[in-house]
Amino acid sequence: MTLRALRPAGLHVVAVLILFGLQFVLSDYEKLSLTRIMVLAMYAVGYNVLFGYTGLLSLGHALFFATGLYAAGLTTYYFGFTLPEAFLFGVAVSALVSLIIGFVALRTSGVSFMIVTLMFAQVGYLLTSYFIEYTQGDAGLSLTGSRRIDFAGMSLDLGEPAVRYNLALLFLALALLVVYSLVRRPGGRVLVAIRENEDRTLMLGYNSFANKLWAFVISGTISGTAGVVFALLFGYVGSSFASIQYSIDALLYTLLGGAGTVLGPVLGAALMIVLIDKLSEFTVAYLLFVGVALIALTLWFPRGILGTIRERWAPWIP
Amino acid sequence: MDFGAFLFLAFLEGLVQAAVLTLTAIGLSLVFGVMRVVNIAHGQFFMLGAVVAWWVTTNITSPVLGFFVALLIAPIAVGLVALASERFILRPLKYDAVATIIATIGMLYIIQELTLLSFGPDARPVEPPFYFDVQFPWFGYSGYKLFVIAVAALLLLALKFGARHSQIGLVMRATQFDSDTAQAFGVSVGKVYAQVFTLGAMLAAIGAVLVVPIQQAQYLMGFDALILSFTAVIVGGLGSIRGTVLAAILIGLSDGILSVFFAPTLSKIVAALFIAVVLIFKPEGLLAGARR
Repeated sequence: MTLRALRPAGLHVVAVLILFGLQFVLSDYEKLSLTRIMVLAMYAVGYNVLFGYTGLLSLGHALFFATGLYAAGLTTYYFGFTLPEAFLFGVAVSALVSLIIGFVALRTSGVSFMIVTLMFAQVGYLLTSYFIEYTQGDAGLSLTGSRRIDFAGMSLDLGEPAVRYNLALLFLALALLVVYSLVRRPGGRVLVAIRENEDRTLMLGYNSFANKLWAFVISGTISGTAGVVFALLFGYVGSSFASIQYSIDALLYTLLGGAGTVLGPVLGAALMIVLIDKLSEFTVAYLLFVGVALIALTLWFPRGILGTIRERWAPWIP
Repeated sequence: MDFGAFLFLAFLEGLVQAAVLTLTAIGLSLVFGVMRVVNIAHGQFFMLGAVVAWWVTTNITSPVLGFFVALLIAPIAVGLVALASERFILRPLKYDAVATIIATIGMLYIIQELTLLSFGPDARPVEPPFYFDVQFPWFGYSGYKLFVIAVAALLLLALKFGARHSQIGLVMRATQFDSDTAQAFGVSVGKVYAQVFTLGAMLAAIGAVLVVPIQQAQYLMGFDALILSFTAVIVGGLGSIRGTVLAAILIGLSDGILSVFFAPTLSKIVAALFIAVVLIFKPEGLLAGARR
């Protein structure tokens, strides 16, 4: 195998190594921000499977993030689930909800698909405020209970910033690995084929519905797992994570970093979150900037950062 | 008050809702029908109309004069915003379905946040132009609300007449039917799109000016208007104007009844689920028979 063939895999290994190394130079506060960024990046990595590779614009991915968040958070809060139990339960519920929503939403296509996903997410958001007795709505719940995991003789304390940082990185790396191996295989090429021309893909004998559903479930489950990780690492669940704003955020990160590139959403999430955090120190109307960014990206920079780099200089980026 | 009179009152209230919703929803429906663009920022045009109406009426002391000036200025101001966004955002995107949805989401945020910065977060009332009650045998009813119903009905008739009998209406219908063929026959499709997008926004603004003495102007009022308009457009069948009008009237009338039975959050949940279910299982709309 030549060195050239190793470039795509190498790029991702280097990216993860850089994130790993950063913890030794960053301050505690910066480490905390980066932990949050990595979890939200994972959410966008999941979103990208559907939007970037399969070409399906979902306007309701906050539903999956919130599903994972609440499935893990509420069971911990009310039933005293341990951390591993809550994790597994959260991932399972996310997968199930993506399967069900995907199964019905994929009966539509194009504009209808976008509106349907938007509406389902809106239902999810309204449910969190309808059951305000249990969820505390926007104020949210702070998860109490044990913050320790005893695993294979090791004892991990989620109160430790370093533990949180490395767990967030671990899950982000796993998500990247899943997406990377998906898109490098023939199955991933079929998704891209559906994005480029669904009729032709169908005519070539591929079951486009089954492939789209598969992409939907992977996408929803990764985004849901990000929600689970968020709830368990930060010990907080609140209904703002289910709002439309959050669905749009995933779209924005993916567009900025480059839709249809594995690392794009990570890059987009990092840049956008840092920018918005800075801006919200100055103004309450930071969403104004989000609006300008959405329009500017679609008008002048539709391929995003990594997408443009791939187009101009490095066609090997997956 | 006996039951018949109560029902009549609920009917009138529903009709007021329906009148405003019809104007707003037709705007959304026109834009989708002719341009195939889903305008997520449509609710913001509605909100902008309400805010401009507040601004005009607070700067003119006479409520009557203020209201009628607002009825003139708000649609023009909102129409100009729409015209500019069509020219500089939608046209360069070549009306691509995905790109325009993303860009109109961006427009939603920009309009909403600029309003927050200038107008502030509070809800502000607008004086009705006149106070007098029409005396029915059973109760007195706000003359202003009856006026709203009348204005909306007149506008609808004018629109219908314009679509049937004017040159612009003919060209719009031709573009909706088949834009390529229309272009081949010398119709300037780009110009028609600009007109339609502006007209859609102006209709929403008129609806807002009419409703603002009954509700209040607030910078977040656009989203609910958008969802209600969506419901009307989808129930009526995507792209069918007549379907939209029928659906808007039905929704307006039933809204009063729904809000009696369900808590506000629950009725919003029902509405959102309803849109999704109709799109999935009956994409041609519930009133498909009313097409064209």
